[in-house]
Amino acid sequence: MSPAVRFQNVSRHFGSVRAVDGVSLDIEPGEFFALLGPSGSGKTTCLRLIAGFEQPDEGHIEIFGETVEGVPPYRRNVNTVFQDYALFPHMTVGENVAYGLMIKGVEKSVREAKAKDALAMVKLGGYEGRRTAQLSGGQRQRVALARALVNGPKVLLLDEPLGALDLKLREQMQEELKSLQTSLGITFVFVTHDQGEALSMANRVAIFSDGKIVQVGTPTDVYERPASRFVADFVGSSNVLPPEFAASHSGTPSWTSLRPERIEVVSDGAAIPSGYASVKGLISVISYQGAVTRITVVTEKLPLIASIPATTSLRKGDHVTLAWPKAAMVAMGESA
Amino acid sequence: MTAMAAEKPRGIAGTISDVFFTRPQLLTLLLLLPPLLWIGVVYVGSLFALLLQSFYSLDDFSGVVVHEFTLATYSQLFEGSNVQIILRTVTMAALVTVASAIIAFPIAYYAARYARGWMKALFYLAVMMPLWSSYLVKVYAWKLILAKEGVITWFANALHLGWLLDGILALPIIGGPSLSFSYLGTFLVFVYIWLPYMILPTQAALERVPTNFIEASADLGADPGQTFRTVIFPLALPGIVAGSIFTFSLTLGDYIIPQIVGNSRLMIGQAVYTLQGTAGNIPLAAAFTVVPMVIMGFYLWMAKRMGAFDVL
Amino acid sequence: MSSKGKTVSPLGLRISAIGGLLFLHLPLFFIFLYAFTTEEKSFEFPPPGLTTKWFGVAWNSRPDIWPPLYLSLQVAAIATILALIFGTLAAAALSRTKFFGRESISLLFVLPIALPGIITGIALRSAFDIMSIPFSVWTIILGHATFCIVVVYNNAVARFRRLSGNLVEASMDLGADGFQTFRHVILPQIGTALLAGGMLAFALSFDEVIVTTFTAGQQTTLPIWMLSELIRPRQRPVTNVVAVFVFLVTLLPILAAYYLTREGEHTGGSSK
Repeated sequence: MSPAVRFQNVSRHFGSVRAVDGVSLDIEPGEFFALLGPSGSGKTTCLRLIAGFEQPDEGHIEIFGETVEGVPPYRRNVNTVFQDYALFPHMTVGENVAYGLMIKGVEKSVREAKAKDALAMVKLGGYEGRRTAQLSGGQRQRVALARALVNGPKVLLLDEPLGALDLKLREQMQEELKSLQTSLGITFVFVTHDQGEALSMANRVAIFSDGKIVQVGTPTDVYERPASRFVADFVGSSNVLPPEFAASHSGTPSWTSLRPERIEVVSDGAAIPSGYASVKGLISVISYQGAVTRITVVTEKLPLIASIPATTSLRKGDHVTLAWPKAAMVAMGESA
Repeated sequence: MTAMAAEKPRGIAGTISDVFFTRPQLLTLLLLLPPLLWIGVVYVGSLFALLLQSFYSLDDFSGVVVHEFTLATYSQLFEGSNVQIILRTVTMAALVTVASAIIAFPIAYYAARYARGWMKALFYLAVMMPLWSSYLVKVYAWKLILAKEGVITWFANALHLGWLLDGILALPIIGGPSLSFSYLGTFLVFVYIWLPYMILPTQAALERVPTNFIEASADLGADPGQTFRTVIFPLALPGIVAGSIFTFSLTLGDYIIPQIVGNSRLMIGQAVYTLQGTAGNIPLAAAFTVVPMVIMGFYLWMAKRMGAFDVL
Repeated sequence: MSSKGKTVSPLGLRISAIGGLLFLHLPLFFIFLYAFTTEEKSFEFPPPGLTTKWFGVAWNSRPDIWPPLYLSLQVAAIATILALIFGTLAAAALSRTKFFGRESISLLFVLPIALPGIITGIALRSAFDIMSIPFSVWTIILGHATFCIVVVYNNAVARFRRLSGNLVEASMDLGADGFQTFRHVILPQIGTALLAGGMLAFALSFDEVIVTTFTAGQQTTLPIWMLSELIRPRQRPVTNVVAVFVFLVTLLPILAAYYLTREGEHTGGSSK
C-alpha cells in the first residue's frame, strides 16, 4: 500500500529563504504523525504543502499514491484544522460544520444530520445554532475539528491544534484527539513546537530544523536515542557531553547525550554502583519544580543538570557526587 | 463517516478557478486591470492632457490656442497679478490648515481619550455627518450667517458688540463691507467645511497612542505640558499631517467658497475657472492648476515620509 | 511623582471639544430656520415671520427643480454602481498579494480625492475637448465615478485587510473553489463594507458640484441648480427647502453607512 503522504526531496523557497529544504518523508496510513520543530523550522510549510496552500519549488509530493503538484486544496481529500480555527464568523456552528458538504452539493437535510453527528462526536451536540463568537477557545477547536472530519478526509492536518488552549484543556484535548484518531483510523498529521505534545500524542515524530528533517522516529526513538545535539536539546532537556568527557567516563569518544533524570546523587561515602559513571561537583543552582527538583552541578569540566526527587535536602553550595548508568550515555552521530 | 470521492467535478468555474490557483498573479492582474485602466488612463491621462495644455499658449489677438510648445504661459503665470493670486491662495490654505488643526485637536483628543461607549459613537457621528453632508448646503448656511443683515450682525448688536464687528470689518486686508464679502468670512467658511477632514485622522493617530505611554511619561516625572509636547503631540503629528493634506489641498483648489463668501480678489480655483470659461485661456488655466499639483505632490511626498498614510 | 491616569477630562479640553462640535453643527440649523422665513429677498435675522408655504411653492410652482433632481439621482445611481465594481476590484487586487509597484498603485487610487476637485474637473474637460467628446450624462458620470471609486476602494480595502486570509484557505480546504469561496465567504464578509462605500459614494455624487461644473456642459444637476440660485437668488427660502431636502438625502445614506460599518466591527472581524 502506498504511504498516506510521501515527500520526495521537496523544497519550498520564499525569496532567498529555504523554508523547506530537500525534505523526504513517508507517513503511513493510519499514523498519528507529528511535525515537531522550533518556529521557522519549516514544519508549518510542510503541512501547507500537504494541504495544497503551497506548491513545492522542487521535489515531488504524493497523497495515497496520487501526485498532487498543481492540485489546488479544493481538489484534495485532505482537511485542515487551522491554528486560529478560521471559523466563518458569519455562519452558525452548524453551518460551519456543514460547509464542506454544502459545497459538494449534499442535500440540506442530509448535511444537517451529518453536521449534527459530527458535532456530537466532538461533544458539542446541540450547539448547531450557536454563533461562533459565543464559543470558548476549546469549543471553537472542537467545531474546527468537526468541520474538517465531517468531510471524511483521508488525511487530517492539524496546525498547532492545542496552541491556544490553557494547560488543563490542552491535556484533555490531547486525550480526545488520540482516542478520536484511534477510533476513526484516519491519518492525522499535526504540527507542534511543543515536544511534550508530540511525544505524548504521536506514533512517530519528524523533527525539523532550518527547513530540514533531522530525525524521524517513534517518541521513544527520538527521546532515548537523539540523532544530534539539536534533537537532544530540543526534545526534552539534555546534558550534551563533549567527546573527551564522554570517553573519560566510559562512553564512546563522540558527542553524547545524557538525560538529567538519569543522573543520581550519591550520598557521601556510598559506593558508586557497578555499571555507573560518576563525577564530583558543587551545586550552583537549585530549582524546585514541583514533582522534581532540578540542580545544576558545576564539575571540573562542565556543568551538569540533574533531576532529583523533590524530597531532597540538598542546598546550594553542597559538594555532591553525581552518578549515572553508563548505558544512559547516548552517542550522537554528528557534532552539530 | 464514509470517505468521499476526492475528485470534484470540474465545471467551467472550477476550471477557471484552477487556472487562477496555479497563477495567482494572473488573477491579481485581471482584478487590477479595469480599475487601473480607469484611474491610470482616464484620470491620469486627463491630468497629462491638462499638463500638455499648459505648454501651449493663447494668441492674444485671435484668442485661439496655439498648439506649439512654449514656456510663455508659465512666464505669464509668474507675472505680478498671477503671483499675487498664488500667494494669496497658499497663504489662505496654510492659515486654514493651522486653524483647523488647532480647533480639531481638542475634539480629536477628547474623542480618542475620554469618550467611551455611546459617547464615542456620538462623537464619531458628529464628525462624520458634517464631513459627508452636502457641501453646498454648508456653504449656503454660512452665507446666511455672515450676511450683513444676518445672524452674526444681529447677535453682535444684541450683545452691544456692534462696534467690535465694525472694528474687525474695518481692518485692512481681512475686513470688508460685511463678513460675507471679506477674507475673514472666506477663512471661516474654509475652516468650517474642512474641519472634519482634520479631526478624523488626528483622532485615528491619537487612538493609537497607548494610555500607558502617557502614564509612563507622567511616571518618569513629566508634567502634563511636557507629556503633551514630548509624547502626545509627536505621535499625533502623522494624523495632523494626513488631515492637512485635505485641508491644504481642498483650499488650494476650491472656487465655490470664495465666490459665494469673499471679496472680488481671485484665488487659484477662481482664476482657473474664469480662465477656462469666459476667457477661454485654457493654457494659462492649465498652468495655474499645475501649482496645486506641484505643491500637493511635494506635500504628499513629505507626508508619506512622515508615515501619514498609515492613519488615512 | 506620578499623577495616575485620570478618567475625568480637564474642563478646558471639554469646553473646547464641545465648542468645536457646536461650531460644526450650529450652522446647519439656520438652513432649516430660513426654509420657514417669510422674507424672500434677504437673509434678515431673526426672520420677520415664519411660514411653511415655501415647501408648497417648491413642490408645485417651481418646475425648474425637478429635471436637475432626476439628473442628479440618475448620475449618482450609475456612478455608484460603477464605483462599486471598480473599487471592489481594486481593493481585492491590492489587498491580495504583495507585488512590485503596489504602493505606488495604492497612492494612485487616492489621487482623485487628494488632488483638488477643480484639477479633476478641468483635466477631464480638456481630455473631452481633445477627444471631441460632447458633454452628456455620461461625461458627468465619468467624473463622478472617478472619485466614487476611491470612496468604495477605501471602504473595501479596510475590510479586505481585516478579512483573515485563513478564512479563504479554510474555505478552499473544505472543497470550495475560488468562485464558491468568493460567494460564500468573501462576499458575506465584505458585503456591509461595500454597501457602506456605495452609500457614501451616492451621497458624494448626489452633492458634487466642483467637478460637475466642468463635465456637465449645459446640463444642470441639483447642486448646479443650487449654486446658480446662490449666485442669482430668485426665492431664497425655496433654495433653503431644496437645501434641506439635499441635506436629508445625503444624511440618510451616511447614517446607514455608519450603521453598516459599525455592525461590521462585530461580525466582520476575524474569529478572536
